[in-house]
Amino acid sequence: MCGIAGIVSIGSGASKPSLKSLEAMVGAISHRGPDEFGVYRDNRAGLAHARLSIVDVKAGQQPLTNHDKRLWLVFNGEIYNHVELKAELTLLGYSFRTQSDTEVLINAYSEWGDGAFQRFNGQWAVALWDPVKECLLLSRDPHGIAPLYYYESNSNLYFASEVKSIFAADENIPRELDPVGLDQTFTFWSIVPPQSVFKGIKELPPGAIRVYHQGAVSEYKCLDYQFPRSREEEFSGSVEEAGTELLRLLAAATKLRLQRSDVPVGCYLSGGLDSSIVAALAHQVSSESFSTFSLCFEDDEYDESSFQKQMVKHIGSRHSELLVKRSDIANAFRQVIEHTERPILRTAPVPLFMLSKLVQDQGIKTVLTGEGADEFIAGYDIFREAKVRRFWAKNPDSEWRHLLLDRLYPYLKRSPVAQRSMAKRFFGRNLADFRKPGFSHFPRWLSTSSIKRLYSVQYREQLAGVDVVADYTNALPSAFSEWKELNQDQYIEITTLLAGYLLSSQGDRMLMAHSVEGRFPFLDMNVVHFVNSLPPSYKLHVLNEKFLLKKIGHGLIPRGILQRKKQPYRAPDALAFIGHESIGWLNELLAPEMIAAAGVFDPRAVTALWGKCQKQAAKNQFSNIDNMSLTGVISTQQLFKSFVQNTPTLRRSENINFSTMIDVVNA
Amino acid sequence: MKSEVRSFILDNFLFTTDQGAIKDSESLIERGIIDSTGVLEVVSFVEEKYGVEVLDEEMIPENLDSVDSIVAFVTKKQG
Repeated sequence: MCGIAGIVSIGSGASKPSLKSLEAMVGAISHRGPDEFGVYRDNRAGLAHARLSIVDVKAGQQPLTNHDKRLWLVFNGEIYNHVELKAELTLLGYSFRTQSDTEVLINAYSEWGDGAFQRFNGQWAVALWDPVKECLLLSRDPHGIAPLYYYESNSNLYFASEVKSIFAADENIPRELDPVGLDQTFTFWSIVPPQSVFKGIKELPPGAIRVYHQGAVSEYKCLDYQFPRSREEEFSGSVEEAGTELLRLLAAATKLRLQRSDVPVGCYLSGGLDSSIVAALAHQVSSESFSTFSLCFEDDEYDESSFQKQMVKHIGSRHSELLVKRSDIANAFRQVIEHTERPILRTAPVPLFMLSKLVQDQGIKTVLTGEGADEFIAGYDIFREAKVRRFWAKNPDSEWRHLLLDRLYPYLKRSPVAQRSMAKRFFGRNLADFRKPGFSHFPRWLSTSSIKRLYSVQYREQLAGVDVVADYTNALPSAFSEWKELNQDQYIEITTLLAGYLLSSQGDRMLMAHSVEGRFPFLDMNVVHFVNSLPPSYKLHVLNEKFLLKKIGHGLIPRGILQRKKQPYRAPDALAFIGHESIGWLNELLAPEMIAAAGVFDPRAVTALWGKCQKQAAKNQFSNIDNMSLTGVISTQQLFKSFVQNTPTLRRSENINFSTMIDVVNA
Repeated sequence: MKSEVRSFILDNFLFTTDQGAIKDSESLIERGIIDSTGVLEVVSFVEEKYGVEVLDEEMIPENLDSVDSIVAFVTKKQG
């Protein structure tokens, strides 16, 4: 993986792209690609690249051109099936000078045009420039693993892997927080592309292709998830057959991601089912042991090390672990926000930021990780809850299924009647909406939205007519209502939480902060296509989550891990900010003047929240909504400070030396 | 008592002094103002402020889920 950036003139009278700007853009994202820098420039376009060398280390430089020099490419990502595609293209007459997937990509596009993207099994953010047609194409993989932002001024189109790179291009590019983007983040934990949290900055939606050509722009969704609309479209085999097929596809996906690399590939181990399965499959195909990496916490509540150790023993990996203390989380927080480039509602990305540093220190550039299983094979509680709530909405007099209650009100364990009655009230909210799209997620969106009680008067006014939930549900694909309910719920989770938070703020941004690429077997094109076709009961069997995955886990991973109760990865939240010596930077960020300057929140409300949190810390009793609110406020304030008031501290344009420089500008 | 309870809810959960922010009969859980830990905060307030003991089986929405309910519950416990 790498970083890409570029400037293309789209207005009349635009001057040629500035080399200095391109240098600054790439310097701002050198953490994504510290190994080599490259630039291409002509009278209309500049493409720049920061390389993290993984495939064809010697020769895969970028920007890259195709056989007749009619196309130029910068690309961040991996096309894992590049070997197979190369074989096809070679038969069609193409010749190759490198072993890189980059060259395969550009030739695939030469041959198949937009259709090339449907053949790619991998992750990508791509910018393709045709200097003769004067046509720029931007594309992003269907999951949103690789990021891509753009900004249109009157004269230029700027694009880059991270927002900081666009800001670095020209100090006249406005830097201001966007209320709608924030309101979305404070609902869904993510923006909804193309919206970002900065005014004017847009995010290319996953799976989209956007083309600039002769003053016109067009965009369409080239790749989107399909789910069965009828029995005929569903996988028709038995559970056993599905298990066999899933195992085969997952093993192939893991093998591809482990072996298609010219540098060693490591593996993240959380101690949970998903990463354990990935590690076990990697172990099966690997002739040598590989490195594994895990997080440990001093708080028992979050720590999973005993399970991690079981897995390490099982596969004999070279294991490294990082112990994360609460104070570590506070100390790293500011830098983390400079990488997430948006507010976060939980501190969970922070330990992952620290973990990727450990990976980098060990000289490893890429890791396998288990993201995607919970979304695509239905591992989350939200899917079970939605099922129970729908059942209850349709059968209001039925016996209450109390399986989920003890997690919600554990302190009422001794009074089941009270427990049941409270949970009914909590789960029963908006039950009448059970047919509405988004029903599965309303409780979470409502809880998250509690941060909006802290909005300033100006923000309430600016957002008065805005309904981000309606906008999102109105834009769902037309086939949505024809899908089974579980698939609907999954689609929402995949497109909001997975793409916009787990793969970005908690994923790519944290990995790339220390020049580490993430590889995701569960997001393999063939795995996804297959699991999306499964009958819902193969994924959520009654209330048994990730049913099929647990089945194939037998014999593959230690029983202790297989039988674990699901423990979502979490880190200490508000408690990380409180309790040790008063943190100067935090008090400064939350001071009334600073809150007022950012304009998002009401200063008195924030002071009240901060005071309450400090009081509750003494009792070690934080509510979920106060946790999210505090983390959300602190991260928003830091975002304002780093990006609006200042510019992020990561720039190093002074040291950019382009080892690949193609400058065909006419003087 | 009602104004004390209302002030507590406004202050502790909504961080506002705007008396119009909630209605006395409104369900706090349904509005998303309190979650399961928030219920414990209400219980702590009631126990500390009014000296009553809230038993596990009394922690039900009928007793704790709105300003009116809380007042009625505490009044009954005290009387």
